[in-house]
Amino acid sequence: MSRQLPIVNEMNLSVHIGKLKLHNPVMVASGTFGYGVEYSELIDLNQLGAVVVKGIRIEPVRGNPTPRTVEVASGLINAIGLQGPGVEGFIKKYWPFLKGLKVPTIINIWGTTLEEYAEAARRFDALGSVGALELNVSCPNVKEGGAHFGTDVKLLAQVVSACRKATKLPLITKLSPNIVSIAPYARAAEDAGSDALSIMNSYPAMAIDIETRRPKLANITGGLTGPCIKPIAVKLVWEAANAVKIPIVGMGGIQNAADAIEFMMAGATAVAVGTANFYEPQTALNVIAGIREFLQRHNLEGVQELTGSVRVK
Amino acid sequence: MATMVEQTVQIISNERDTDLYFRLVVRAPAIAPLVQPGQFAHVRVLPMKEALLRRPFSIFQAAGDTFSILYKTVGKGTEAISRMRPGKELSAIGPLGHGFTVPKSGGETPLLVAGGYGMAALYLLAERSPQKGIVFVGGRRRVDILCEAEFRALGWDVRASTEDGSAGEKGMVTEPLLKELRRSSAGRKLFACGPTPMLKAVGKIAEEFRVPAELSMDEHMCCGVGVCLTCVIPIKAGDGWEYQRSCTEGPVFDAGRIAWEGMR
Repeated sequence: MSRQLPIVNEMNLSVHIGKLKLHNPVMVASGTFGYGVEYSELIDLNQLGAVVVKGIRIEPVRGNPTPRTVEVASGLINAIGLQGPGVEGFIKKYWPFLKGLKVPTIINIWGTTLEEYAEAARRFDALGSVGALELNVSCPNVKEGGAHFGTDVKLLAQVVSACRKATKLPLITKLSPNIVSIAPYARAAEDAGSDALSIMNSYPAMAIDIETRRPKLANITGGLTGPCIKPIAVKLVWEAANAVKIPIVGMGGIQNAADAIEFMMAGATAVAVGTANFYEPQTALNVIAGIREFLQRHNLEGVQELTGSVRVK
Repeated sequence: MATMVEQTVQIISNERDTDLYFRLVVRAPAIAPLVQPGQFAHVRVLPMKEALLRRPFSIFQAAGDTFSILYKTVGKGTEAISRMRPGKELSAIGPLGHGFTVPKSGGETPLLVAGGYGMAALYLLAERSPQKGIVFVGGRRRVDILCEAEFRALGWDVRASTEDGSAGEKGMVTEPLLKELRRSSAGRKLFACGPTPMLKAVGKIAEEFRVPAELSMDEHMCCGVGVCLTCVIPIKAGDGWEYQRSCTEGPVFDAGRIAWEGMR
């Protein structure tokens, strides 16, 4: 007997990241969506699962010299250097807009010391109504902090613990791909109190102008993103999903619903659209529509039926 | 009211101008009426693995439901556009950026300075300015001198120069500009678009003659809407400078605000 075609509504798409409920599993990746307001004329932000803002440190950050990005085959290498307005600048300039949205804002924070991470977490906790904090321990483009914390299991555990003590907000730890095995990092973050993981940040990379023999980025190296990193990210999500119980937000080169579904089958509970925002601002909304259509076509009642459903045996 | 729109635009014509330069006209009813002089459109070519990103182009002309761009084929993206025939579609986001201040009737006399396809960014300004002035246009060779006739047709005085002397005066575009300012600088304002070294030279000249100047910066861009922070340039702030976005705070900046010491 065939199952009845379920009526697919928003409820079927909803997911939980710790205590944070999202009305659908599709968010945007930190650093590819500014502070939301920049895209507000081009897409309806309230249709997203969540808005994730660019990494913020306690102090304002000038960022790296230019050139800061270079396009490569099926991808982009960036070395922005986490330019940002600082916690207070962000609260003054962007928070009034973000807190007016119907969907949660996830604030990506970073620091050069454990205390800076904890201080930013405390400050955003006090703000009220923040959806979650994403801990950036994996930016390859700043000299201090960033990836430094994400490629040392002990330091990673310390950062997560320090933030865990500083806030009750859901914590999502964004892991670096620049490691031998992701499982120990995923477990360390889970054991230290992280509510979820984001996988993955950009992959360290470099491009050279052969005519001038100069690196194409002022920072010499940068982080690779875009469709070319997707298979790497899918594999890391799969490995991490086998190592931890907390939910995973999968990201890396998602351009359409099929890419997002692949991440979910590998073990992701939610996904984030990153570099594709730069060239097609409608991508996240198209991904949501495509997931809904896929659920309908396969008679599935909710996105949770996708998570971890890859058949490896 | 919307200030920017993403829409699928249909190619009306796409013809070679001179050498590597092309003129593309598209039907874009949602974008064209919003265009201000000095703004740009962010155009996506067919999804290509070697060129995922949109390409920013100064809007050259806008009339009714169409706008046009004047572009040079410099890489994979622009080469792909140059092969597209009328009837084909592109995706465009526009109009974007902060453009030029249109001169007021009875105000300063505009002196426009263009290098190569920088001319494209200045045409709408010339067309919409109630005050006519002089256009200084420069390039390396004759083929780099674009749309001279169109500016003349608007009633502007066009003075061309080329580095090899194949058209107009021989030398840099700043030389005839300097000559003109030495003759008279009071009540004049500069508007420039071209390569960065030219813009820097124009900025210095403006400072020397104490005339206001607006420069349209030609920076490498990625998102075009202010999120990726690729196209930043150093702008004076407090005792030092801060990076601001060419796509959002610019591409047009008052010359006096640019902290050239922070440019690479």
